Amino acid sequence: MGFISSDHNNEQLLSKIATNNGHGENSPYFDGWKAYDSDPYHSAQNPNGVIQMGLAENELCFDLIQKWVANNPKASICTAEGANEFKDIAIYQDYHGLPEFRQGVAKFMGKVRGDRVMFDPDRIVMSGGATGAHEMLAFCLADPGDAFLVPTPYYPGFDRDLRWRTGTQIVPVVCESCTNFKLTKEALETAFQKATEAKIRVKGLLITNPSNPLGTVLDRDTLKTIVRFTNDKNIHLVSDEIYAATVFNKPGFISIAEIIEEETYCNRDLIHIVYSLSKDLGFPGFRVGIVYSYNDQVTLCARKMSSFGLVSTQTQHLIGSLLSDDIFTEKFIAESADRLAKRHEIFTKGLAQVGIGSLESNAGLFFWMDLRRLLKESTIKAEMALWQLIIHEVKLNVSPGSSFHCSEPGWFRVCFANMDDDTVKIALRRIRNFVLQSKGLDQGPAKRQCWQSKLQVSLSFRRLDDFVMAPHMMSPHSPISSPLVRARN
Amino acid sequence: MKLLSRKAACNSHGQDSSYFLGWQEYEKKPYDEVRNPTGIIQMGLAENQLSFDLLESWLANNPEPAGFMRDGQSIFRELALFQDYHGLPAFKNAMVDFMSEIRGNKVSFDPKKLVLTAGATSANETLMFCLAEPGEAFLLPTPYYPGFDRDLQWRTGVEIVPIHCTSANSFQITDSALEEAYQSAQKRNLRVKGVLVTNPSNPLGTTLTRPELNLLLTFITSKNIHLISDEIYSGTVFSSPDFVSIMEVLKDSSHSTEVWNRVHIVYSLSKDLGLPGFRVGAIYSNDDVVVAAATKMSSFGLVSSQTQYLLASMLSDKNFTKHYISENQKRLKKRQEMLISGLQSAGIGCLKSNAGLFCWVDMRHLLSSKSFDSEMELWKKIVYQVGLNISPGSSCHCSEPGWFRVCFANMSEDTLDIAIQRIKTFVQTTNNNHSQRIHPSVKKSKRKSLTKWVFRLSFDGREPDER
Repeated sequence: MGFISSDHNNEQLLSKIATNNGHGENSPYFDGWKAYDSDPYHSAQNPNGVIQMGLAENELCFDLIQKWVANNPKASICTAEGANEFKDIAIYQDYHGLPEFRQGVAKFMGKVRGDRVMFDPDRIVMSGGATGAHEMLAFCLADPGDAFLVPTPYYPGFDRDLRWRTGTQIVPVVCESCTNFKLTKEALETAFQKATEAKIRVKGLLITNPSNPLGTVLDRDTLKTIVRFTNDKNIHLVSDEIYAATVFNKPGFISIAEIIEEETYCNRDLIHIVYSLSKDLGFPGFRVGIVYSYNDQVTLCARKMSSFGLVSTQTQHLIGSLLSDDIFTEKFIAESADRLAKRHEIFTKGLAQVGIGSLESNAGLFFWMDLRRLLKESTIKAEMALWQLIIHEVKLNVSPGSSFHCSEPGWFRVCFANMDDDTVKIALRRIRNFVLQSKGLDQGPAKRQCWQSKLQVSLSFRRLDDFVMAPHMMSPHSPISSPLVRARN
Repeated sequence: MKLLSRKAACNSHGQDSSYFLGWQEYEKKPYDEVRNPTGIIQMGLAENQLSFDLLESWLANNPEPAGFMRDGQSIFRELALFQDYHGLPAFKNAMVDFMSEIRGNKVSFDPKKLVLTAGATSANETLMFCLAEPGEAFLLPTPYYPGFDRDLQWRTGVEIVPIHCTSANSFQITDSALEEAYQSAQKRNLRVKGVLVTNPSNPLGTTLTRPELNLLLTFITSKNIHLISDEIYSGTVFSSPDFVSIMEVLKDSSHSTEVWNRVHIVYSLSKDLGLPGFRVGAIYSNDDVVVAAATKMSSFGLVSSQTQYLLASMLSDKNFTKHYISENQKRLKKRQEMLISGLQSAGIGCLKSNAGLFCWVDMRHLLSSKSFDSEMELWKKIVYQVGLNISPGSSCHCSEPGWFRVCFANMSEDTLDIAIQRIKTFVQTTNNNHSQRIHPSVKKSKRKSLTKWVFRLSFDGREPDER
């Protein structure tokens, strides 16, 4: 296919979206992924391979779910009785979604919040995973050129989900380690002002609570500050609560759903929640994304848009059955939190013993590791160099903070819920060995500054637009590691 | 400041009030053999319910895939975690084999060029995002599936420009119609990026002829634009002429590789297998850049791994697929013949068709006048008096009033029989009424108020995702 002009033709024949880098996968962060793909750790077959710690997956409770599935064959529509249900389920393409699915999800969402709030099944709108949910909300709430404020550090996939096909922009709200990455009113106002000065219309604020990559939850005061801010500015508040059931320690989780019950002045038409079963239950493959909006018009519009990413009714049926089993869900939520807590403790304590700190966290499938003192200098370049070292010599695929738009170099997100206990031990051993070795090379603590010029920081991040996405964090993970692929090849 | 986006505010983009009304009426009193024998019979839904027993018996004999099992072991975990947008290899392999089988193995497909999407709805939208900028246009022959107005235009900003086809030549695509559409786009300052055809056609139920396919290829070659062939009904071709896929014509022709890269196919299992709920769609393209971009975009609407695994097993069973394809076609043929002869005995003709889940019915002779108002009037009568929810041609952007799409594969044989009886009765009554003339001015004002009512409807209810 070697036509001289074919590339040029291609450029004109295809859309800008198809040919630009808006998907974010052409980044140097791909190196970590490549290293893992070409040399994946396996306890027996490749004990010196790279251990995957860049994938926020929850694999700790599959035994519970597998047991439930085995005991509830009807949910998988494979029994004789199930055959009759098969037709009705296979035919059902109504974008409202199966009633039992919506009821199950609404109930589960309530349970995860300790039944302190209830969710209306009629407001449950499906989407193609949280990925689809975010894009859908951006289409509903903003026009091309409008912007969403997003506190840093944030999940890199947002760059694609909010912006790629929608034409929406992201304006970062900088949070810093000197305040433990707390989201402050000043930071919000600064970001808003910056956007206004640049003549960018802000349509909303997107928060992730619990946070990815920090693993922390927002406290009541911060949530109230946020609601006051968005309400005053009359902009939308989207709360991505995808990690809601991964809260494993105090303080407990406070959902935006609870805050709006308390802050009764708030205009509910501005409040929207994004949810998914990918993290809490560990079902990323089932593509169950949810948009829950308190705005009737948004609910109606989103529901129509959900046609572009409905959940397979086969899956809706399974989920509906699973989540309506109260005994199961209550046990699951408690057990999952327990196992996550244990994992988290093993790592953070193990690292603390060699002087590696991490941001104190109580949620998520990862922790935010502080390697600032191992940097030769406090720059992104040094962070990347350290990261390369970690991948190629320590043989761990962790995620550098710059890929999350973190304003300070030296932080790394380390996932802990996607491996078995033995691998945990090995990963920990590798980090500890590396740190102990590095102590000899350490040239003193990296400068810690509270960046005064927040403006400069966020501006410099604009230039990094092309390089700040780590594909493995937003794109589905490599097929090579999946036995479903290996078995067939 | 406006709270919502323009896209959200123009909420009703592409919606057709008549769909809403017909659906609403059906919902109020749906036909049921026992509980509501005078209810409205749903004939506006292009669903294939004729061959579920074949699927059910396969499931009964193969319980493992639906139960997340493989060779006695649970693979629930692996499936639950599998979110790779390249798709389950076993599923893509099975899909391309199935697509090939449907085309009599005259063409073969490369699984690496197949992109899985959440239904054809998502596939079509994704292709628009890949091939066109907001404000650019795609040409579509009329009549076409009403859902395209939403799928191709709503969030993409792409414009549909119709290629007018008429009954004069059985709604076939002509060179002059293509040119006229292209010129019409130019006049509106719309840059045309391609042509999208549905083959077999919805709502016509006909397959594109070789001359038409060649004409399309010549046209897109000369204009240097894309061709999308939505072949979602390819497995529903039940009588001659055989289905000829665009890929086959490309293969037989001497078109350069460059043209191959501009031809894309959309497929889905919603019609052929009758599984619209499972959201299985696909894009097939020879252009690597399109495949790469569409693959990344599919993140917004992947196919559930649970469903991929089940269908991979089902479609890999070649004994099953062979039997299913032929048996399904036989049953569709029988149903279509039943509807056609029933309509014939009521003096109503249909466009000669060989595919699809519906007939394109000619009721022009039942119109009080050759107008769309008249078509609406007739349609309202059919919904309310006759008790059938069928689709008026205007909702499919047909340029001639009087045509209706009537589905035949989404009900039992007995129900179809009753529907036919009702039509016969209606026609007889209409014939009798013609001999008693109503005062013209009363008739006219009745028509006006009906039309006003239809267009004043709000769109905030359910919208059926009919095809």
